[in-house]
Amino acid sequence: MKKILLAVLGMVAMVAQGAYARTYTVSVNQFVEHPALDAVLRGFQDYLKDNKVDVKYNIHNAQANMGTATQIAQQMIGEKPDLFLAIATPSSQACAQADNKAPKDLQRPLLFAAVTDPVAAGLVKDINKPGGLITGVSDLLPLEKHMEMVRTFIPGLKKLGLLYNAGEANSKSTVIRIQKLGKSMGFEVVEATASKTADVYQAAKSLVGRVDAIFVPTDNTIVSALESVVKIGVQNKLPVFAADVSSVKRGAVAAMGFDYYKHGYQTGAMALKIFKGEKPGDMPVEFQKKLELQINAKYAKLMGITPPAELLKKATKVYK
Amino acid sequence: MTYYAALGAIEQGLVYGIMVVGVYLTFRILDFPDLTVDGSLPLGAAISAVAISHGMNPYLSLLLALAGGFLAGAVTAILNTKFNILHLLASILTMIALYSINIRIMSGPNVALLNATTVFDSVTGLGIPAQYAGILIFGLFSVVVVVLIVWFLSTELGQAVLATGDNPQMITSLGVNTHTIIILGVGISNALVALSGALVAQNQGAADVGMGVGTIVAGLASVIIGETVFGCRTIGRAFTSALLGSVLYRLAIALALGMRFGSFQFNPSDLNLITAVLVVCALITPNIKKRFLRR
Repeated sequence: MKKILLAVLGMVAMVAQGAYARTYTVSVNQFVEHPALDAVLRGFQDYLKDNKVDVKYNIHNAQANMGTATQIAQQMIGEKPDLFLAIATPSSQACAQADNKAPKDLQRPLLFAAVTDPVAAGLVKDINKPGGLITGVSDLLPLEKHMEMVRTFIPGLKKLGLLYNAGEANSKSTVIRIQKLGKSMGFEVVEATASKTADVYQAAKSLVGRVDAIFVPTDNTIVSALESVVKIGVQNKLPVFAADVSSVKRGAVAAMGFDYYKHGYQTGAMALKIFKGEKPGDMPVEFQKKLELQINAKYAKLMGITPPAELLKKATKVYK
Repeated sequence: MTYYAALGAIEQGLVYGIMVVGVYLTFRILDFPDLTVDGSLPLGAAISAVAISHGMNPYLSLLLALAGGFLAGAVTAILNTKFNILHLLASILTMIALYSINIRIMSGPNVALLNATTVFDSVTGLGIPAQYAGILIFGLFSVVVVVLIVWFLSTELGQAVLATGDNPQMITSLGVNTHTIIILGVGISNALVALSGALVAQNQGAADVGMGVGTIVAGLASVIIGETVFGCRTIGRAFTSALLGSVLYRLAIALALGMRFGSFQFNPSDLNLITAVLVVCALITPNIKKRFLRR
């Protein structure tokens, strides 16, 4: 009797272990090669690696083409993975549509990442209870904290230049929020737009003499050409602030919070929950949990300001 | 390439095929290289998406998209004919202007159509699975478009369009106003491109101002693949080839997406390169075949 019990227990243990040690497949639809989006994918993969989950990836990149993003979504349905991961809004919409259209036995949970407004994008109806197969992590910016940070650097801030691409859905909602904040905090927003990276230099130049500082939101176009904004900032002693910390290393004076690597890491944690059987429809859309402050003291000096001591103390990283 | 991805490629090939038919009309028939399409495809998408989200019938929204596309094409052609601006430049000007206009129409860069009523609902409502519904409805649309265009080119007006592309001096001497013909032709072409864009948006669940990027590249590639592989001896054959060329082009992308040699995997960023190589293969095969047959 004891032997049988042991054998049964042993089998149960083996089955349990087997279930945990199984290899999962994840199909990825990334919209474009971009430092921030690449960091999301790396963070996602690292979380699962750190938690010893064996994952096989089918990674696709639409190279900024919507038609290709749709085709990738259909290709992913055919790959029959355990989970879809869509990075950035256009890819997420393409995946959501393909997933909805797929026959029942090919439908899979879909996680999105780097989507600012999942409700406006039509991905989920309710942030707290997505229902359906889709949930993910939103990169909605803690803009109040960003604006407070800019004001600590420049106490007399009257005019803030906002550089973005009017063609990016994410940026549009950011701009509206900053305009509202400007009204309540007492500064005016001056906008300059660029529709492609080649136009960024000119757009940044148009702000010279009209603003006290430039703020770059998490805009794919502007962030891709950040160096040209930094150059204008240095030449004209015009401080440039950014919304994602990876821009600080590239010459922005300071940025608060947004680390896309951690964003991806957080998405990875949601993936593990889904692997363990949780339903995406019951998992609320998550936002970035940890914020960090990075300061580039060298470029602050080049752009003619000194970082306040209180912020330098709070900063997790200071480039000299 | 999985079966599902192949179905998806055919569906994409057919829906973008309507755009390719439009490109064929300007590029080959009118001899008018037209880059407006990069703007008129999202224009059609924007009009249709906004109309649908205001509760309009999805089929009616297609008519609006057609009209919008026609206007966009007409603007390019008027700039070219009446104001003597080089056709390439005129079309580029309209294209960049449309970028801002599309954002105005959508009051933003992106309008979501997920969960909205689209032309698919009328097909899936009949109990046809969604993965075949797209092929069915786009197949129907593209065949109707090809038939209508071929019929149009056989009418007296259509013959004037053909002649304007072939020999403008001759047709002017016959008392036809080539300006009107070019405006009509480029207008029709862009109307088709906008129709394609409207259907693409309904298919992919969103209209986005960036969705026009690379339209002319895909259009020209499809036209040339179609001509090389399927021939273009008669008008009917030429337009059918353009449509099939579009399907081949999308199949090349699907093939590139699923390409694997044993354990060797391509980088995701190699996609465009692989697609280009596959298209080159499709283009040189008939040539090589011919050479072998001659020997």
